[in-house]
Amino acid sequence: MTSTEIKNDIFWVGAIDWNVRDFHGYSIPSGTSYNAYLVKDQKTVLFDTVKKEFLDTLLLHIGQVVEPEKIDYIVVNHVEMDHSGALPMLIDIVKPEKVICSAMGKRALLAHYHRDDWPYEVVATGDSIDIGSRTIKFIETRMLHWPDSMMSYIPQERLLISQDGFGQHWATSERFDDEVDLGELMYQAKKYFANILMLYSNTVQKLLGEVRSSGVEIDMIAPDHGLIWRSHVGDIVQSYDDWSLHKCKAKALVVYDTMWHSTEMMAMAFAEGLEAEGVSVKVCDLSVSHRADVMTELLDAKAVVFGSSTINNSVLPRVADMLAYMKGLRPAGKIGAAFGSYGWGGEGVKYVAAMLEEMKFEMIDEPLKVVYVPTADDLARCTELGRKIGQAVKESQ
Amino acid sequence: MQKYVCIVCGYVYNPEVGDPDNGVQPGTPWQDVPETWVCPLCGVGKDQFEETD
Repeated sequence: MTSTEIKNDIFWVGAIDWNVRDFHGYSIPSGTSYNAYLVKDQKTVLFDTVKKEFLDTLLLHIGQVVEPEKIDYIVVNHVEMDHSGALPMLIDIVKPEKVICSAMGKRALLAHYHRDDWPYEVVATGDSIDIGSRTIKFIETRMLHWPDSMMSYIPQERLLISQDGFGQHWATSERFDDEVDLGELMYQAKKYFANILMLYSNTVQKLLGEVRSSGVEIDMIAPDHGLIWRSHVGDIVQSYDDWSLHKCKAKALVVYDTMWHSTEMMAMAFAEGLEAEGVSVKVCDLSVSHRADVMTELLDAKAVVFGSSTINNSVLPRVADMLAYMKGLRPAGKIGAAFGSYGWGGEGVKYVAAMLEEMKFEMIDEPLKVVYVPTADDLARCTELGRKIGQAVKESQ
Repeated sequence: MQKYVCIVCGYVYNPEVGDPDNGVQPGTPWQDVPETWVCPLCGVGKDQFEETD
């Protein structure tokens, strides 16, 4: 890859990580990129850096535009180490006049790198700095998705440098949204929202509201991961609005893990019932479905029908994993039901139901339990309950 | 009434405003905010708050 001019005198100088596959539990089968941006004006400004291992690539790309030592300011929009890992070494090389960050950003940088000798300049929402013919305005976006997070806006360019917001984990040689398949791009953006931002939906709503009422004009959104939005800015903002409002389709997920296929037989019977009601169904066997893909499907599904066999008086380990991950991401406004086969106690099903209730799912009926192997009647009960859930999904639309 | 700030994310709990979205009515002093309440911004518990102006 090479540095790319994204607007006049504004360059992408980041790094592509083709081979990374896991982001602490979020699967990224298509790799990712760590985007950094360089603005050449009377002051030369770098926005964010890259993962530590990619310092050389960052320096190479910066060097294609200016000598790294010419950088005056480094803006740290987000402290997470995939964006700040290269910062300590870069600061040693560049010796910038200012390291610009939020108050929470300074605290986080100190806690990461223990360097109180850096030339911090703390900014807050509403602050701006002049860099010559351009101004940089700062918007703190606390908890989108860390306390330190902020975005930088250059009004003269209508450019929003949005750190992790609007990002996607997708390694490509293309830099812009209109150079790749839009369906794939929106899927990657959806997966990112579902696995990183879902729990901060209220904060996303607040931010979108503030941006709307401020009348800020944006014709390019440059995130810290993936493709830059220039032709589909409206689409991604609309999608963030829909996702953060928990808008759902007439869609249900059947998620399960099974020991000897009994819980699986029940899952398929539930799917039959849901389908018979005309609801779109996704069946996710946790032994082959990654938790991050399940979350992506869950984002716009109205109902989650969740099954587990009982093992050692509890749920199967993959079910515990999924439920813990799901709970942390705080899905809202969902309909739920629990089911499963068991041998003697049936605690696994109770555990699933209790977790869904804790997540404030609107539960349809009592958990549906079957001893050992379901009979034809048992499966008919599953299909019947599937229909009932399907009806509830349709009524919610 | 005394305000409290979340030391994790900077959210300020103002008793006059409360947190009605999460069941805490306006006018609820800090000591009456349920122990199960969490910061509406970042999700940490009451033990992560300290007094602020």
